[in-house]
Amino acid sequence: MPLSPFAGGGTVNGRRTFLRGFFSVLLSGGAIGGILKILPSKADAGEAPPKGQNWYGFGVSVDKCIGCARCMEACKSENNVPREPFFFRTWVERYILRKNGTTTVKAIAPNVEPSPETASDKSILRSFFVPKLCNQCASPPCVQVCPVGATFQTKDGVVLVNENTCIGCRYCIQACPYGARYLHPGTRTADKCTFCYHRISHGLLPACVEVCPTQARVFGDLNAAASPMSRFLRMNKIHVLKPGLNTEPKVYYASLDGEVR
Amino acid sequence: MNPELVHTLRELIPQIQGYIYPNEIEIHWGLLIVVYPYITGVVAGAFILASLVKVFNVKEVQPLYRLSLLTALAYLLVAPMALVSHLGHPERFYEILLTPQTSSAMAMFGFVYAWYLMAVLLLEIWFVHRTDMIEWAEHETGLMRHIHRALALYSRDTGDRSVAFDHKALKVITIVGIPSAFLLHGYVGFIFGSIKANPWWSSVLIPIVFLFSAIVSGIALVILLYMILTPLTGGKISMRCVDKAIDFLFYAVIVDFSLELVDFIHRVYQSEEEIKILSEMVMSKLFASLIIIQVLLGMLVPLTLISLTKIFKKRFHLNEDLRKMVYFVAVILIQFGIFATRWNVVIGGQMFSKSFRGLTTYKMEFGGIEGLLFAIFLLALPILILAVLTKILPPWKEMHGQPAPEGVEAAGS
Ligand code: SF4
Ligand code: SF4
Repeated sequence: MPLSPFAGGGTVNGRRTFLRGFFSVLLSGGAIGGILKILPSKADAGEAPPKGQNWYGFGVSVDKCIGCARCMEACKSENNVPREPFFFRTWVERYILRKNGTTTVKAIAPNVEPSPETASDKSILRSFFVPKLCNQCASPPCVQVCPVGATFQTKDGVVLVNENTCIGCRYCIQACPYGARYLHPGTRTADKCTFCYHRISHGLLPACVEVCPTQARVFGDLNAAASPMSRFLRMNKIHVLKPGLNTEPKVYYASLDGEVR
Repeated sequence: MNPELVHTLRELIPQIQGYIYPNEIEIHWGLLIVVYPYITGVVAGAFILASLVKVFNVKEVQPLYRLSLLTALAYLLVAPMALVSHLGHPERFYEILLTPQTSSAMAMFGFVYAWYLMAVLLLEIWFVHRTDMIEWAEHETGLMRHIHRALALYSRDTGDRSVAFDHKALKVITIVGIPSAFLLHGYVGFIFGSIKANPWWSSVLIPIVFLFSAIVSGIALVILLYMILTPLTGGKISMRCVDKAIDFLFYAVIVDFSLELVDFIHRVYQSEEEIKILSEMVMSKLFASLIIIQVLLGMLVPLTLISLTKIFKKRFHLNEDLRKMVYFVAVILIQFGIFATRWNVVIGGQMFSKSFRGLTTYKMEFGGIEGLLFAIFLLALPILILAVLTKILPPWKEMHGQPAPEGVEAAGS
C-alpha cells in the first residue's frame, strides 16, 4: 500500500508506543501526564484499529470528476447545510494550469455549467476538478485544540462534532489546515463533513458517493481487504493533501496534481 | 439562520483576491479576539512593572507600584468578557472548566486565569493594602468603613509581627507572580503559536513576542495613567519616576522590536511555500496597520523620540515640560502600536487562505457583539473599574511621592 491508512500502522506505531511508554516511565505523575497529552502522542487519535473494527476512508479519483456539483447539492440537503454559498461540507475546485506556468483555481458553484473554455483555449495545459471534504485526519488537529472535547474521533476513525457541547469558540476552524469546517449559522456550533455518519452506520454510502455519476468518489472500510476502498488504494497511485503537516488524512486522492493544496 | 451574516458575507465576495477555500470567506476571530490579547497583555505588563519595583527595589518607580497593581486587576477582570462574548454559545462557557480537554491550549484559559487572579494578583493587592485598610477604617465612617473592614477580612493586627509577615508573603507572591504573569500571556501567545495549520501564527517565537509586547504595553499604559492621574488628583509628576520608567520601557521596546525583526527575517530567509501570499498580504491588506502603525508609529517613532530626549536631556538640560510632552506622545503611540500588533496577528492570520492562493478580507461591524462599539466598551471598561478601585484602595499618596504608609514602605524592602 502506498500510504499507511492507519494512524501509525506497522513499525511507526511500534516505535511510538515504545517512546510513549518510555516517557511515561521517565516522567510519571499526574500533572506531567497532562503535559504528555499535549505532546504529539496523539492521545486522542485512533490507534491502528483491532481486526474486525471498521476504519473508514474515502477515495477520490481526480480524473473522473466532471465538476457536475451533484455531490455538493446532495450533501447540502442530506446534512442540513445552509444553502448559501459560504458553508460547505464538501466542495469541488476547478484547476486550470496554463502553459506559462500560472494556475487559476475556483470553487465551482452548483447549477452553473463549467465554462467550456478548455476546449478552445490553447494556452491551457490541463484542467481538472478536485473534490474536497474533511480529510477525517487520523491525527486531527481540530480534535487536539477543541477546549471542551466537542470535536472527537470515533472508534472507526471518523471525526465528529457534538453540537450539544460545542461552545462555538471556532478554535477548530482555525486549526483545520484544509478549510473543512465552518460555523453553522443556525446552531452556532462548528460543523463539517461526517462521512454521513448517520448513513454509514446503517451500512449505506455517504450521500455524495451515492449521487456521483462517474464514481469519482469511493467510500469504504480500510480494514476490509475486499472493499471498493481497499481496491481503490491498490489500483491507484495515491496522494493525500498537505502530507507535511502530519495530520494523516484518510481522504485519498488518485491522480492528484502537485498544484493542489 | 442569520440573514445579516449572509448579507455581510455577500458583500465580502468581490473583495476576495485569488482563490480561498469557500468556507474561509467568514473571518471567525474578529475584533473581540484582538481586544483579548491586548487586555491580557496590559495585565501581564503592568504586573511585571510592579514586580520590577519589588524585585529590583527601584526606588524611583515606587510611585507606580500600587497603580500598576490596580491597573493589572482592572484589566484582568475584563479579559474573560472579551473571550466569552465572542463564543457561539457563551452560556456553555462553563464546559471549558467542567470538561476541559487537556490537549487544548484554550482549555487552560480558566485555570491559568483563576490562578493568576486568585493566587497572585488579589493576594498581592491584599497584602499590600492590609495595614492601610485597617488604618483607613479607623478614621472613616459609614459605608467606606465597612468596606475597608470587610476587605481587610476584619483583621486588626498592625503589630510588627503581622506586618513582617505581610512582607514575607509579598516576597513569595512576587516570586511566584513573575512566572505566573509570563505564563498568563505566554499562554495566550501559545493559543496562536500552536496552530500548525497557520504559518502566520505557528512560530515558537510567538509566545515570547507576545510577552515582550505585553511588557511594553503594560509599562506604557501605567506611565500614561500616572501622567494623567497625578495632576488630576492634585499631585506633582515626579520626573525621576517617569524618566526611570521610560528607561524600562525603552529597553522593553528594543527587545520587542528585535524579536519581531528576528521572526520576520527568519520567515523571509526560510521562504517556505506560504511566503508569497504572506508578503502579498503584508504589502496590501496589512500595510497600514503593520508597516505604518505597528512598526513606524508604534515603535520607530517612539524609540527615536525617547532616545533623542535621552541624549539631549543631559546635554542641554532639556526642559521638563518638553520632556513630559515627548513621553506623553511616545506612550500613546506605543499603545496604538501594540494594539496594531494584536490586530495584525489575529486578523492577519485569517486574511490569507490556507490554500496559500488568495486573500480574504475583514469587515468590521459597528454594532453587535462583534462590533466596534462593544470593543470600545471593553477597552473603556477597565478604566471605569480602575476608577472604582482607586476609590476603594486609593494609591494617591504613593503616587504623589509622600512618605508611604507602613505597608508600602516596607513592601518596597
Ligand atoms: S480535515 Fe480538518 S476538520 Fe477534518 S479531521 Fe482534519 S483537521 Fe479536522
Ligand atoms: S468551535 Fe466547538 S468543536 Fe470547535 S473547538 Fe470550539 S468548542 Fe470545539
